[in-house]
Amino acid sequence: MSLSVRNLRIAYRTLRGDVQAVDDVTFSVADGEIMGLAGESGCGKSTLGNSLIYLEGRMRHLGGTVELDGKVLPISDDRAMNRHRMRDVSIIPQYAMSALNPTKKIGVLARDLLKSRGTKLAKVLPEFRRRVALVGLPDSVLEMYPFELSGGMRQRATMVISTLLNPSLLIADEVTSALDVSNQRAVGELLTEFRDRGYVKSMIVITHDLSILAQIADTIMVMYAGKLAEKADAGTIIDRPLHPYTQALLSSLPEVGVRYEEEELTGIPGRPPSLLDPPAGCRFRDRCPFAFDKCAEEPPFVELLPGHQVACWKAAQDVAGSAEREHEEAAR
Amino acid sequence: MTRYFARKIGLYILAFWAGVTIDWAIPRLMPGNPIEAYLARFSLNSQGSWTALYKLFSKAFGYNLPLWDQYWHYWDNLFHGNLGISIYAFPEKVTTMVAQAAPYTLALLVPAIVLSYVLGNRIGAIAARRKILDNTVLPLGYLFQAMPYAWLALAAAFYLAQLERWFPVQGGSAVGIASGFTWAYIWGLVSHWFLPFLTVFLVSFGGWSIGMRNLVIYELETDYARYLRALGARSRLVRRYAYRNAVLPQLSGLALALGTVIGGNIVTEVVFQYPGLGHLIYIAATDQDYSLLQGIFIFIIAGVLVANFLIDIVYIVIDPRTRLSMQGAVA
Ligand SMILES: Nc1ncnc2c1ncn2[C@@H]1O[C@H](COP(=O)(O)OP(=O)(O)O)[C@@H](O)[C@H]1O
Ligand code: SF4
Ligand SMILES: [Mg+2]
Repeated sequence: MSLSVRNLRIAYRTLRGDVQAVDDVTFSVADGEIMGLAGESGCGKSTLGNSLIYLEGRMRHLGGTVELDGKVLPISDDRAMNRHRMRDVSIIPQYAMSALNPTKKIGVLARDLLKSRGTKLAKVLPEFRRRVALVGLPDSVLEMYPFELSGGMRQRATMVISTLLNPSLLIADEVTSALDVSNQRAVGELLTEFRDRGYVKSMIVITHDLSILAQIADTIMVMYAGKLAEKADAGTIIDRPLHPYTQALLSSLPEVGVRYEEEELTGIPGRPPSLLDPPAGCRFRDRCPFAFDKCAEEPPFVELLPGHQVACWKAAQDVAGSAEREHEEAAR
Repeated sequence: MTRYFARKIGLYILAFWAGVTIDWAIPRLMPGNPIEAYLARFSLNSQGSWTALYKLFSKAFGYNLPLWDQYWHYWDNLFHGNLGISIYAFPEKVTTMVAQAAPYTLALLVPAIVLSYVLGNRIGAIAARRKILDNTVLPLGYLFQAMPYAWLALAAAFYLAQLERWFPVQGGSAVGIASGFTWAYIWGLVSHWFLPFLTVFLVSFGGWSIGMRNLVIYELETDYARYLRALGARSRLVRRYAYRNAVLPQLSGLALALGTVIGGNIVTEVVFQYPGLGHLIYIAATDQDYSLLQGIFIFIIAGVLVANFLIDIVYIVIDPRTRLSMQGAVA
C-alpha cells in the first residue's frame, strides 16, 4: 500500500479563527493508482494535497497520520519532511505556471534545486532531456527562461522538474484547469504516461473537472466542505454515484470546452458553507434536494458497497433498501 | 540589440534637447528680466547710468539679440563647454563655479549613497527573516526615513555642532588653513564633511533597508519560493533567489540616486553651509542668478539622463527579462 492517510485534520490559522479545510479525512492510494480528487473550488482539495508535502505558514496539522510506503511522513515537522520531499512525495502545484523563478534558466534552476537536495544535475541530465522531449518541449528549454515559454510549457517544465527524482507519490493540483480541451487531454495522457513509465508510483490528481478524471483516474474521491463525500472506482463514480453532491457535480458537467469556474453548479444552487464555522450535521444539507431530518446528524464516511465509500444518510438508506428488496425477492 | 540602443540613444538625445530648450526658455519667459533684477540691486539713482549698464549687461549676456540668435548661441556655447557667466559672481564663469562645487557634492553624496545602499540592502534582507533585527534596526530605519530630513539635519547641526561643538558648524573646510596636502587641511575637510555625510547616510540607509526588507519578504512569498520550499530546497537557495530578484528594483533606485547626485542635496548643503552644488543652486535661486541656475540645470539634465541610461544597461545586464525582450525573443 503506497499512501495511507488516517483521520487527517488540517486548518488555517486566521485572525477570525481556524479554517478547518481538511476535516477528519481517511483514505489510501495503492501503488500504481491514479486517484482523482474532485469537488468545487474551496472544498479543501489543495489543502489536502499540499499538506502531504509542505505546510505553508498558516497551515496547522491538527491531527491524523500520513504513511507512505510503510513509513510515517512527519508532515508537521518541516525539517524532517525535507528528506521526503521530491524523493518520496512531490507536487505539481496549482500555481505551476508561475512556479519557476523568472530570472533563472530552467536548467540552472533544476541544477540548483537538485544540488540543494544533494544530487548532481549531471546524474539525471540524460533522463531530464528524455522527459523534456516526452512532454513535448524542445531540448533548448534548459537554456531558456520561464518567461520565454507559454503558460502551458511552463507547466510541463514544472511537471518534469517535480518528478525528476521519481517520487513514490505525485500530487498534481489542477494541472488541466487552465488549459484548452486538446491540451487537457494531452496533459492527462502525460500523467498516465508518467505513471506507466514508473516516473511516479502513484498519483493524486486534483481537479474540479470530473471529465478529465473519467479519462485518467483509477479511483475518484469527492470532497465537500473539508470532508470526504464519496470514494469509489472511477467508473462507479461516473456511472453510479451514490452521494447527491457527486450526482450534482456530474449533472452539472459543463459542455465540452467550457471551464467549470465560469459555470455555476446548475444542479444545485448555493455555495459550499464557510469552513470557519461549518454547520453541524451533513454539510451539504442546505443545498441537498434529498435532505431529511436524519441529516441534522453528521453522516459517517462508510463503505456502503464493496469498494464504494459514501457519507450520506439517504445513500445508506437506498443501499440498505435495495439490499432488503433483493433479499425478499430471493426469499420468495 | 543595436536597434534597441539606437532607439534609446535617439530618445535620450531628444530628451536632452527638450530639457536644454526648456532650461533656456524659462528665464526668458519669466516676468521681468534678469538684468533688470540684477541692476535693481545697485540702487542706481540716475536713469542714464541705469540705461548704460543695462545695455552693457544685456550685451554681455546676449539678451539684446533676437530670440532665435540667442537660442542658437546658447547651443553653440554649450558645445564649446561654455555655460555662460554668473550674474551673482560676475564675471566668474559658470563652469568654474560648478567645477569648484562639484567635488564637495560628490565626496559627500556618493559615499553616503553607496554605503547606505550596501549596508541597507544587507540589513534589510536579514531583517526580512530575523525578528530581532526587524524589531530593532527597522523601526530606526522608519524613524530616519519618516522624519523630515531638514529637521534631522538641523537637529544634528544644532546639538552636535553648535552646542556640543564636536563638529564645525558650517563650511566645507577649515577657515584660515591653506589648501594643500596637509594633515590640518585634510582634517578640516573631513570634520566638515562628517555631519552632512552622516545625516544623508542615515536617511538613505533607512530607505534602502526598509525597501529591501519589503522586497525580500515579497519575494519569499512568491510562487517560485513556495515551490522551492515544497520541493525541499535548502532555505539558503530560496533566500539567494529572493535576494537576487529583490535587488533588481533596488539597483535601479541606486542608479537614479547616483544620477541625481549632480544636483547636490540642497537641504543638507544649506543647513550645513556645505559648498557643494546644492548650495550653489540655493544661492543662484535666492539671487535670481538665472545664468548660474541654467548652467547647473544643464548638468542635472545630463546627470539624470545618464542615470536612466545606466539603469537601462544595468537591467540588460542583470535581468534576463529585459535582455531577451530586447532581442524580441519573448515567446
Ligand atoms: N492561506 C489560507 N488562509 C486561510 N484560509 C485558506 C487559505 N487557503 C485556503 N483557505 C481556505 O481553505 C479552504 C480550502 O481551500 P483549498 O484547499 O484551496 O480549496 P480547493 O483547492 O478545493 O479549491 C477554502 O475555504 C479557503 O477559503
Ligand atoms: S446526508 Fe442528507 S443532506 Fe447530506 S447528502 Fe445525504 S441526503 Fe443530502
Ligand atoms: Mg485548489
